[in-house]
Amino acid sequence: MFWLNQFLQGVLLGGYYALLAAGLSFLFGVMRVINLAHGSLAVLGAFIMMVIYQTLGISPLGGLALMLPVMALLGVALQFCIIEPSLKGGALVPLLATFGLALICDNVLFSIFGADTQSFAADIGTLSYGSWAIGGIFISQLACLVFAAALLVLGGTQLLLSRTQIGRRIRATAEDEDAARLSGVDTRLVRAATTALAMVMVGLAGAALGASGSFDPYAGGPQLLYAFEAVVIGGTGSLWGTLIGGIVLGVAQGVGGALNTHLSQIAGHAVFLVVLIARLYQGGALSAYLRRLRMRVA
Amino acid sequence: MTHAYHVQRWTRRSIASTALIVALNLALLAGPLLLSANAVDHLTTLFVYVMLAITWNALAGYGGLVSVGQQLFFGFGAYGAIRLSQAGVPVYAALLLGGVSSAVLALIVSSFMLKLRAGEFAIGMWVLAALVQLLVSLDPIVQGATGTSLLALNSFAPAARRADTYWFGLLAMAGVALLLFLLLRSRLGAAVQAIRDNEEAARSVGVQVGRTKRIIFVLAALGAGMAGAVWLATSISFQPNTYFGVQWTAYMIFMTLVGGIGTFEGPILGAILFFAVEAGFGAQGVWYLIGIGAAAVGFALLLPQGIWGWVERRYALRLLPVGYMLNLRGGEAGRQRGFARRPSTKPPAASPASEPS
Amino acid sequence: MTLLTIENLKACHGLLVALHDLSFSMAPGEVLAIVGANGAGKSTLMRSIAGAHRPVQGRIMFRGQDVTRLSAHRRVRGGIALVPEGRRLFPGMNVQDTLHLAACRKGVWNFETVLEALPQLKPILKRQAGLLSGGQQQAVAIGRALMTNPELLLLDELSLGLSPVAVDGVYEALPKLRAAGTSIILVEQDLRRAMAAATRLVCMLEGRIVLSGAAGSLTREAVMDAYFGLNRQAH
Repeated sequence: MFWLNQFLQGVLLGGYYALLAAGLSFLFGVMRVINLAHGSLAVLGAFIMMVIYQTLGISPLGGLALMLPVMALLGVALQFCIIEPSLKGGALVPLLATFGLALICDNVLFSIFGADTQSFAADIGTLSYGSWAIGGIFISQLACLVFAAALLVLGGTQLLLSRTQIGRRIRATAEDEDAARLSGVDTRLVRAATTALAMVMVGLAGAALGASGSFDPYAGGPQLLYAFEAVVIGGTGSLWGTLIGGIVLGVAQGVGGALNTHLSQIAGHAVFLVVLIARLYQGGALSAYLRRLRMRVA
Repeated sequence: MTHAYHVQRWTRRSIASTALIVALNLALLAGPLLLSANAVDHLTTLFVYVMLAITWNALAGYGGLVSVGQQLFFGFGAYGAIRLSQAGVPVYAALLLGGVSSAVLALIVSSFMLKLRAGEFAIGMWVLAALVQLLVSLDPIVQGATGTSLLALNSFAPAARRADTYWFGLLAMAGVALLLFLLLRSRLGAAVQAIRDNEEAARSVGVQVGRTKRIIFVLAALGAGMAGAVWLATSISFQPNTYFGVQWTAYMIFMTLVGGIGTFEGPILGAILFFAVEAGFGAQGVWYLIGIGAAAVGFALLLPQGIWGWVERRYALRLLPVGYMLNLRGGEAGRQRGFARRPSTKPPAASPASEPS
Repeated sequence: MTLLTIENLKACHGLLVALHDLSFSMAPGEVLAIVGANGAGKSTLMRSIAGAHRPVQGRIMFRGQDVTRLSAHRRVRGGIALVPEGRRLFPGMNVQDTLHLAACRKGVWNFETVLEALPQLKPILKRQAGLLSGGQQQAVAIGRALMTNPELLLLDELSLGLSPVAVDGVYEALPKLRAAGTSIILVEQDLRRAMAAATRLVCMLEGRIVLSGAAGSLTREAVMDAYFGLNRQAH
């Protein structure tokens, strides 16, 4: 029972990681940009939400409705001020520029809010501790909500990409920008919309982080690592793979943490490395298996 | 007709400047005898920065490998030194071997990390650094986040320790720089510069891209490891959080980008500038870090070749002869300054071996 | 009335000049065939008209408007569509989505009419573009361009890499396009085919127009001479 509980908690934690990774995966899939400021921007989202609660005192949902548009606008700014100019400089410049952005973001947050660990678990009422007991296992309502949000974001993105005109435009831009332009697609606008959408996902992840855990101005680095690990474990470019990756990471951390508190993070990183090495060395067989698995899930 | 040109490596200017740099290094040897204790400490810090900058530049600027996990080797160098010192190795030998242990670690992890592509490699290195930090924290002598100290150094008198550490740092820096200089001047250097300019083209003319990158990766780890060891010698205490902190890589990126990525001289300039900026604004704490980040973004977007790259392009100036010059004999001084930005590398035929598979 | 006017167009690839001071105009309803050897600047001209290549000098007027500075997607929305050399489909996207993607302008062409004009697309709507044969891919590329309801359709090297049968299949669609009122510029290596399909022929050599005339009035020999740059006057 103990292990089943640990496993389930890990799966639910994996929902958060998948939500966190969705934006990173989406941006990478469309623009081939790895945003090193991803984690820091998620933490920024959490801070924005906290400020909204504390100054306006409105409901969690209202705060989310205010914070997400702010994140979307930040995404547009990010696209036009950083990503687009840096893409002209080759593959390395976006990495350097977004890393600089992460440094700015972390330290600006630090200068405003100090090093204190923050959380707005207290602001969301019973949701933060409410749980269902099923046969001796307690399942947190909030964790379920986050997991559902992850499913919604990943599934929604999948539907958006496959069924809508903007989705087709995003895919066309990702595959061949010149040809997309020649098909009448304003690729600059599509890219801006993509980054805005990715930032909305990042904002949701930030809200989940603030509601279910604690954060501080320098929490962005670890969040980036978790998101990245989920993406790589699940296979880059696959949205459902990201969910699987998040769950694998969450379960590894949960089970590792149950063995020994120090082991929680080590287990997560170790699973990531093992998957990475396995993929590199017996790439063929393993990735084919994962692809089949993904197809079955999708 | 067929030999109407000859290849020149040393120009009068580069001979002069190289001689000057060697002389400067020799003069620096006398530092502890002439300078105040404070100045000696500051210079030792500068040596650490130079090592970090030139090796990160070698990695990213020449090898095309942007790593945000070089703190792995910085921290591991210091940790290795502590471990070896506790095992009874004389303290400065332990520091040296600590740096070398980072290179060994790099050799091991290079077998899989170098297979990753740009962004995956960048964050993958960071994950590796985080993992090693956690593992090092588990070591009983480190005592978790509390950390430990290089107790063996306490047996020296402070003045002697300061001077010894200074000399150790100077020699480490000069050694790493010399290794890098020789590497870039060797046949491998032509390969490195070819990779820097265009990896696909380099591969197509038979440059062993994989092996070359691996050598750079190990050398960069050696530099970062030595830097970590010297840092440990100056500060004595060791906390995993500080030594494995990502801010070290932030500094490396700043120094390299500002100085000039992909040039030999640029990162040294960048390190000196960073040192000056830190001396001037380090007390500003968080705003200083914001400034570092803003400068990294600004240089990446607006002046990606950095200060030295700009100077080099503008004036075709090169102080350290890591490139080649093609002098056409006869004609009106038909000098091909092939290296305004990109030195004319050796002809491809110079690297006949082709990469397997 | 002219549909398209090119005035003193100069375009470069780096230091290499691809188009020298090139001028011509075309009327609505014309089918203009551009022939010329490799490197004559045909593709550069097509890409310049479509907005995928930025000219150094000169003007491009479309329906009386200066479109020289307009980006490619705006020109598409203004009625210029290019079927680029090498087709440039989105390999991971299926045929149906590729067609729907390009629908950005109202007109006679919609999903149904395009399928009528290109019936070979009907059985492959759900297949990924990257997995199709060359002829099928070319039909998709034409369909994609048609979905934008172009007034001027630019067809660059339609028959490149296709079997003769597949080329026939693609060319069969051209009269339907003309009937729908679309003007066409096509670049074609196959002189016989070009002369059969076009109302007017333009021959380019080293970035310049060396011969131009109604398709019926030019002899094969005159075109061949211009093609290879022989200084013999056409009779």
